[in-house]
Amino acid sequence: MHELSIALSILDLAEEEGQNRGGRVTAIHVKLGRLSGVVREALESAFEMAREGTALAQAELVVDEVPLVIHCSACAADGTPDSAYELRCPTCGALTNEIVRGRELEVHALEIES
Amino acid sequence: MSTDPRLVQVRQNVLKRNDEVARALRLRFHEAGVYVVSLVSSPGAGKTAFLERVLKSLRECYRVAALVGDLATDNDARRLCRAEVPVKQITTGTVCHLEAEMIASALEGWRLDELDFLFLENVGNLVCPSTFDLGEDLRLVLFSVTEGEDKPLKYPTIFNTADVTIITKMDLAAAVEFDAVSAHRSIQAVRPGMETFEVSAKTGQGMKEWLNFLQCRSTKQSVAR
Repeated sequence: MHELSIALSILDLAEEEGQNRGGRVTAIHVKLGRLSGVVREALESAFEMAREGTALAQAELVVDEVPLVIHCSACAADGTPDSAYELRCPTCGALTNEIVRGRELEVHALEIES
Repeated sequence: MSTDPRLVQVRQNVLKRNDEVARALRLRFHEAGVYVVSLVSSPGAGKTAFLERVLKSLRECYRVAALVGDLATDNDARRLCRAEVPVKQITTGTVCHLEAEMIASALEGWRLDELDFLFLENVGNLVCPSTFDLGEDLRLVLFSVTEGEDKPLKYPTIFNTADVTIITKMDLAAAVEFDAVSAHRSIQAVRPGMETFEVSAKTGQGMKEWLNFLQCRSTKQSVAR
């Protein structure tokens, strides 16, 4: 359950950014990659616990899931593998280690009310 | 007067703080000329037995040390002390993984330039440690023959963030009818091209190959510097 550490980091980051931009943060948009190692449901419930008693107690967490995208050098194309457990090109079936997207764990945007 | 909230792009990595500390650690390690290896596995995969064997072999020719993470107790550190190298326990309390900050504070007072290899044994957990960079040069993921050949498929993230797989307890392979071909297929599916070693800390099987690999890697890195 490292999602609580992650939720606390998200709150710290949002609070800092909110203060810098002067306003009340009403929502935090987070990009969560398929291979980020973070479970969406666990993060959402950890966030609800973590925000209590903070300046962001009313802020919503909006999770934007990012699918896994790999690059296949044989096809010279990007694609989403059929299974996240096999980094296999959906077109030709070759294995590849080039991950284009899917590791994201970032605070993408904030909704700020002034 | 309140207006509709405005959407502001932020684009900040959530683990920015950990990544910054890890980057600073990596720089310190490189400047001191110490090669840093971290170990992750599920509880009971044999990390400590493997590490004890590695420390004992390496200390013949190198200056080695280890940091060991556990939720509670210093049993692992005491076990590793038998290898007669500096070992320090990091007790994480309720935290299920090591973070870069914990490494930085555990290293306070250590002379890194007096070390050739430093090992970081993570808390037994195949999920949480995957997200946290510790500033290591090489990340090992271990799983034992008793855990099932499809372990990599069940925990793709940790295998994908690791550099090397160590299959442990090979002395039990026949007894549990371990299917090596299927295990290697699973590893290659989640991390194509991953280097894998089959070892037994008990009999010493495969240790030579792995230690040769480690020494080559660390030499390559120090030449590259």
